[in-house]
Amino acid sequence: MPSRHDRREPVMDRRGFLIRTATTCALAAGAGLWGFLSYSREPLRRRAERVFTFKDYRVADAAAYPGLVVVHGRDVEKMARAAVERLGGISRFVSPGERVLIKPNAGWDRQPELAANTNPALVQAVVRLCLEAGAAEVWVTDVTINDPYRCFARSGIESAVRKAGGEVKFTTEGDFLLTDLGGEVLRVWPVSRFYHEVDRVINVPVVKHHSLSRCTIAMKNWYGVLGGRRNRLHQEIDVSIADLAAAIRPTLTIVDATRVLKRNGPTGGSPSDVSREDTIVAGLDEVALDSYSLRFLELKVEEVPFIRAAEERGLGVSDWRRLNHVEITV
Amino acid sequence: MTLRDIRRVYSVFFFVLFLVLVGITDFRNIKGYEVALFLELDPLVAVTSFLTSWTLYKGLILAVLIIVGTILLGRFFCSWICPLGTLNQWVSHLFNRRRPADDYRVNAYRSVYRLKYYILTALLVLALLGSLQTGLFDPIALISRSFVLSVYPAVNLLGGGLYLRQPLFHGGVLIALVFLAILFANRFLTRFWCRLLCPLGALLGLLSGRAVLRIWRDVEKCTDCQKCLRYCHGGCDPHAALRFSECHLCMNCIEHCPEEAIHYGLPRAGSSVHVPVDVSRRRLIETAVAGAVLFPMMRSAAAARTVPRDQVIRPPGSIPEEGFLRRCIKCGECMRVCPTNAIQPALLEAGFEGLWTPILINRIGYCEYNCVLCGQVCPTGAILPLSVEEKIGAPPFEKPVKIGTAFYDRGRCLPWAMNIECIVCEEVCPTSPKAIWLRTHQVRLRNGRTRPLRFPYLDTSLCIGCGICENKCPVRDRPAIRVTSIGETRSSTNQMILKA
Repeated sequence: MPSRHDRREPVMDRRGFLIRTATTCALAAGAGLWGFLSYSREPLRRRAERVFTFKDYRVADAAAYPGLVVVHGRDVEKMARAAVERLGGISRFVSPGERVLIKPNAGWDRQPELAANTNPALVQAVVRLCLEAGAAEVWVTDVTINDPYRCFARSGIESAVRKAGGEVKFTTEGDFLLTDLGGEVLRVWPVSRFYHEVDRVINVPVVKHHSLSRCTIAMKNWYGVLGGRRNRLHQEIDVSIADLAAAIRPTLTIVDATRVLKRNGPTGGSPSDVSREDTIVAGLDEVALDSYSLRFLELKVEEVPFIRAAEERGLGVSDWRRLNHVEITV
Repeated sequence: MTLRDIRRVYSVFFFVLFLVLVGITDFRNIKGYEVALFLELDPLVAVTSFLTSWTLYKGLILAVLIIVGTILLGRFFCSWICPLGTLNQWVSHLFNRRRPADDYRVNAYRSVYRLKYYILTALLVLALLGSLQTGLFDPIALISRSFVLSVYPAVNLLGGGLYLRQPLFHGGVLIALVFLAILFANRFLTRFWCRLLCPLGALLGLLSGRAVLRIWRDVEKCTDCQKCLRYCHGGCDPHAALRFSECHLCMNCIEHCPEEAIHYGLPRAGSSVHVPVDVSRRRLIETAVAGAVLFPMMRSAAAARTVPRDQVIRPPGSIPEEGFLRRCIKCGECMRVCPTNAIQPALLEAGFEGLWTPILINRIGYCEYNCVLCGQVCPTGAILPLSVEEKIGAPPFEKPVKIGTAFYDRGRCLPWAMNIECIVCEEVCPTSPKAIWLRTHQVRLRNGRTRPLRFPYLDTSLCIGCGICENKCPVRDRPAIRVTSIGETRSSTNQMILKA
């Protein structure tokens, strides 16, 4: 009985020989080609990552409208509406079909009463206004310091935005795109990708004490677009703030001074750190808005170097009185 | 619907429930669900933690349901409820490349199955003496830990998008390898873990000794074809004298008997005898003595319990270390729920006894000021549930819960070592007033000029040890401010200040 070890290789015919030879040569040539094509002096293949730049989100300046609107009152929604009305109405800033991003300060896992984050009622009002203007989508985002889910939940902003019909965008590690800020100290940094996917950006900061920059209002709020180890920025905080303000030019800025964190900022943590000011300040010039809002923290322009730095770059005027300004109570 | 079908429905239901509970154990989805349900149903956790502390903590009372059920019905937990048992069964089935004839050999009882009773004995003796090592071998703690620390991060990495941040765990791969090894062992012996090693199975086997309702084989009808053996889960010899302590009540033998000779219920005329638990008394005494001898040796070692260790920062609400080791079963629930990923499984930081117990590693995360989730999910009370007010010391509470104290390393701190402006630690410090405060000094630079510079200081009496300063310090690899366990509220000895 034949064993399975007795099986023989068939004798090769011409056709078989040619196929065999061709296959072997092709494999050998392929190996050579692979070596030739992939030879490199670099240990790793580097793919140049695309570097983005910010769009200009601004609308044309119009002398017909005031440059700075200060609104006092208790009903935040009414105050926001009045402020935007005086500035020419929301349709001046948002056209139908546009995608709008709202940037509150939502950096901390803190309740609204502690004033570490923007008042959720103001964010809600702005989302509503944008949707009334016909915005296709309204996104609210921030790169938070504490856990993002906790920050947006605890600050009340998530539920406020949902109620108004907007969408909260949480930023994960994969949501950053390299962006050239073209600044003095800030050049290419990872930036939340949502900024590159919208048409309009509305800055809705809160007025807070900060021990190094002295205050965090509109311009300092742009720290919250950056990823990476942004705590290195504090080494040149005034230049960094001016760099960011020069790189991102928002459509509109509405400063929340309804509750102001007077000390122990930017985290706060105690109601005794908070003072009720019941004011919002709206405008297009972040430098003027910042310098106006210093009054809530008993500061002067001279004490806050980043305002001067921003003014020297032509980002706005620190003497807000030079602007056409309106003060109303609703 | 046969009993086997009902068992299958139960096992799928409980396995899915287990996955769901692991899945929802986070800030957004937890909403007061009993996420540690399986750990609370676990009689081994209940019994051993009772032996270490003489209390049956809160939800662990649920284990009584399983204990009573097992006394009445037998060891149903293993193939009806236990997620590790179900998973092992599925994996065994998947790996099965045997000829049917070999299934009979593999599924017959072997004397090596006694091993689990000896492991149980050692764990019970250690627990009685005051050391809780149940977590290493308890199947529920093991599968929870494995899913939380290895499966969940892996799923998230592959795009599961379960949480915003990719979870990372200290030594997670070790836990993954142990888990995979347990699953792979099913390749060689069906339900290797359950039959050989599982101390919970052993405990349930012992409890089932007096069960009234059982599997019975009618010796008159039986033709000794042994088909009942082929799909047996427990390896309990249903074809001969049934070893009821090994029987999982999988009900497969009933379905596979061509003669309908096997039934579940009360014995009938002609039912075969059963064999009691097969353990050697001599081995049992030997194991108990070994455990008793191991205990003083283990306890006389230098560990965080005896010599406080800087790195052993326990989650807020943790009870003192001695008690902590009597309660913690290393299940990983606190690590799952921690929103910043700060709670990590210890390797040898807390000593051998403290393997895989939770510690905070502030370079990975930090203790979120307003967060108390870890205490809410702990099934055994190693971490007590706190309210936010209790944790942060808001009225009516006088003092916050302190888990450690931060210290500056001035040789690495930017202002102190390099005269570079930086106040990040002060900025993020969550207490009010801040524990980190700044003082401006005039510094003389190398070029002879002077400039004012803010230097950070720490007010030890306000620091709660949350570690956000360490986490956000720009000196990333070895931060210039680091938290160590000294001053922790839970310890009366790990203190440095007289007026604390």
